[in-house]
Amino acid sequence: MDNFLFLTRIDYTLIVVSLGAALLGTVSGALGTYAVLRRQSLLGDAISHAALPGIAVAFLLTGSKTPLILVFGAALAGWLGALAIISIVRLTRIKYDSALALVLSTFFGIGLVLYSLIQRSGNANQAGLDTFIFGQAATILKRDVITIGILGGIALITMLILWKELKLLIFDEGFAASIGFPTRLLDILLTSLLVIAIVLGLQAVGAVLMSAMLIAPAVAARQWTNKLNLMVLLAAAFGAFAGVSGTIISSSTTGLPTGPMIILCATLFVGLSIVFAPNRGLIWDTIRQRKNRRSLKIAAGRLLEEPQQESE
Amino acid sequence: MQALDSKAIEVTDLTVAYQETPVLWDIDLDVPPGVLLAIVGPNGAGKTTLIKAILGLVRPAAGNVLIYNKPYVTQRRIVGYVPQRGSVDWDFPTNVLDVVMMGRYGALGWIKRPGNRDRELAMHALEKVGMENYTTRQISQLSGGQQQRVFLARALVQDATIYLMDEPFQGVDATTERAIISLLQELRENGKTVVVVHHDLQTVTDYFDWVTLLNIRRIASGPIEDTFTTENLRETYGGRVAFIKNR
Amino acid sequence: MQIGNLEIILIAVTTASACALPGVFLVLRRMTLMSDAISHAILPGIVLAFFLTHNLSSPLLILAAGATGVLTVVFVELLQKTKLVKEDAAIGLTFPALFSIGVILISRHASNIHLDIDAVLLGELAYAPLNRLKVFGSDIGPISLYVMGGLLILNLAFILIFYKELKLATFDASLAVTLGLSPVLIHYGLMTLVSMTTVGAFDAVGSILVVALIVGPPVTAYLMTDSLSRMLILSVIIGSVNAVTGYFLAFPLDVSIAGSIAVMTLLIFVTVFMIVPNRGLIAIARRHIRQKWEFAQTMLVIHLFNHEGLPEAEAESEIAHLHEHLQWEPTFASRVVRYALNNRYVSQNAAQLILTDRGRTIAQRALVQ
Repeated sequence: MDNFLFLTRIDYTLIVVSLGAALLGTVSGALGTYAVLRRQSLLGDAISHAALPGIAVAFLLTGSKTPLILVFGAALAGWLGALAIISIVRLTRIKYDSALALVLSTFFGIGLVLYSLIQRSGNANQAGLDTFIFGQAATILKRDVITIGILGGIALITMLILWKELKLLIFDEGFAASIGFPTRLLDILLTSLLVIAIVLGLQAVGAVLMSAMLIAPAVAARQWTNKLNLMVLLAAAFGAFAGVSGTIISSSTTGLPTGPMIILCATLFVGLSIVFAPNRGLIWDTIRQRKNRRSLKIAAGRLLEEPQQESE
Repeated sequence: MQALDSKAIEVTDLTVAYQETPVLWDIDLDVPPGVLLAIVGPNGAGKTTLIKAILGLVRPAAGNVLIYNKPYVTQRRIVGYVPQRGSVDWDFPTNVLDVVMMGRYGALGWIKRPGNRDRELAMHALEKVGMENYTTRQISQLSGGQQQRVFLARALVQDATIYLMDEPFQGVDATTERAIISLLQELRENGKTVVVVHHDLQTVTDYFDWVTLLNIRRIASGPIEDTFTTENLRETYGGRVAFIKNR
Repeated sequence: MQIGNLEIILIAVTTASACALPGVFLVLRRMTLMSDAISHAILPGIVLAFFLTHNLSSPLLILAAGATGVLTVVFVELLQKTKLVKEDAAIGLTFPALFSIGVILISRHASNIHLDIDAVLLGELAYAPLNRLKVFGSDIGPISLYVMGGLLILNLAFILIFYKELKLATFDASLAVTLGLSPVLIHYGLMTLVSMTTVGAFDAVGSILVVALIVGPPVTAYLMTDSLSRMLILSVIIGSVNAVTGYFLAFPLDVSIAGSIAVMTLLIFVTVFMIVPNRGLIAIARRHIRQKWEFAQTMLVIHLFNHEGLPEAEAESEIAHLHEHLQWEPTFASRVVRYALNNRYVSQNAAQLILTDRGRTIAQRALVQ
């Protein structure tokens, strides 16, 4: 009976939103793997905040809310933010974390000022820009899904084509350069792919939660496998699954916003993976340690016995 | 093959600076083919930088590097590289065979994926370093010595004429050290040129036949017998080398 | 100026100063991202405390949120300790999850909670003076001024009392341990202060811009001085300047004051970065140009020195072929030679360069260091 009721509620909007969330989860899960492995997890956080002024400027210049235009503005600003972080670290003695925090918060401030300017101007079209700050998966429309599908698809295909190049770049940059891979170019490309994943996700989960969309699926996936290709695949699957389940749960009751629900689902996967995953997981680890201790005890016992036998 | 009289590596007037601090001053270095060469010098002498400059990984402020009379860019395929073991994240999700296959990436070129032949070559290299039973082992579960063997196998797979190795003996056990050195000597017997950044002065005379003493500038370079002298060592280390074996 | 505006400026300056002080230690200890995490993660703490007190300005709120902040730190560290998650990922996982819980709690109970996600994230300084503190029925000023003033005093007191310990724990944690000081205690003390200051400030500037207040001034001051005490003082001054100029930027434009303060934080950082002596961009560029020529001349004398008295010396010191040996642009090489001749590092003998005594000394000195 419950199931039946649930099924009737699956309407067109829900399908569109779920599809959008699934696509987003796939793209950010797969590309987030690279961010996590490069220990750049929080770069995503900075980029997602730094993207906001870009959205505001794109809107101020064109007066349009076409997703492609806003995404373009966001990507440009996000890129600028990443560049600012790298430049600060390179040119001053300020460390990476401080540069990241500075860019993240001040770029967001610029976005906020521009955003309040737009509000003051009373532009009738302005409603909806704040979805990029807080995220509102429920507002995903068919055209958004198409944008996500095309741009995300391009990003994923690029990733697959340059699979071995990107893999070597992350694992051993020096070796990659020594055999002639253009590491700087690949680095720029990888950051660009990350920027694409982030700006696509902003609308659904918002600037604040976007970093978790990148990190959580990858961290969960890492616990289950020791292979990069499986890790990317699993992360994409976890991302998609978190997207869909978060959307469905939030649509089942009122007062459960979609973005946070998606993030909580993804975080739940992380928790389960850390505890239960074979080999790496905590339970597995505890069992192994206990076993080790027991065999150590036996070995120690033997060692203790031996000299006594000798002395007898 | 290359002309016999040509130099495997020819470094002329090489100066490298990070920011505005010089790391290498006007280095001249000729490495003849078929030697097993140790680059020796105190910490901060620029040993790693010299290797990286030869590989084109750092841009020199002045000077030039030639590999068999041609710039490195055109000679990449005949140079194998073993970076410092600590320069990579060993928790990366990959296994031993996969890392060794990375040695084939340069030969494969863009986009192409490694195939069966590359796998065979990688297996062969793993046998050479005695790691053939570890092919599917996750790299984070290797000991320091095993990690070093894997890196060495990756360089072997490059099937190079010249090998540049950055501290391959760092943090490895005695067995591995012996295995590595006999492998390097075998490479030399096969006419390869092997350049090794080395830390342990005690073993230089046992392991190598050629040595370069470096401390920001080149102090001396040549066959062990002529070059590895107390006088040169004192110049390199600033008179703090009382522990050298008398030859 | 209206009294309301003056109060806004006062609150802004007090908040900025209170945030900048612990920020100095976060920047030096490379833990600024923890402040980002804490400022988001305290949301559920605030909401739960609100359920208990039904009062947004209750001091209990600050304590509860402070506790949540410390809990966040503990949680991130636990996650790291499993060795399954690296530090950056651990931070990036923890705060969105806690923030999500906060958002969900708010929207579940939207009817009986007057907390607005907008306000939490973005803050609105302009409304800060509206909440008044009344003692025996008489209005003695805005509550947030007292809250932030109290936190400022608390931070100041902590730093003054534990100055020595903080300094040691920041620059040499292992020495601190051997001297019997507990870096762990200092660490958690600092994190508690950051958490409480963040809660106090989020009302006015929101949870994202509070990071600009915490990180911006210390980072700017870091470019100006090497001394910890001076860095602390400079940070407070810079934070105050950011706050005041931010206010005056926002006022005529009628835009978000907190946002403007963040904009000014960036602008002042960039300005300082440009003009500060020694570490500034302009100073770096000028030094770079000067050193480029000095460096090139040194390279030249070392080159001549290295080949002096050797059979190949003649070929190596020929002016016309110098650029080939050193792989320099011919024009660059001839300019270096001209400078070196002017400086009497070298002298010219027909087509050859000959090292002067002065040039030889320079080469030797450069090689010895």
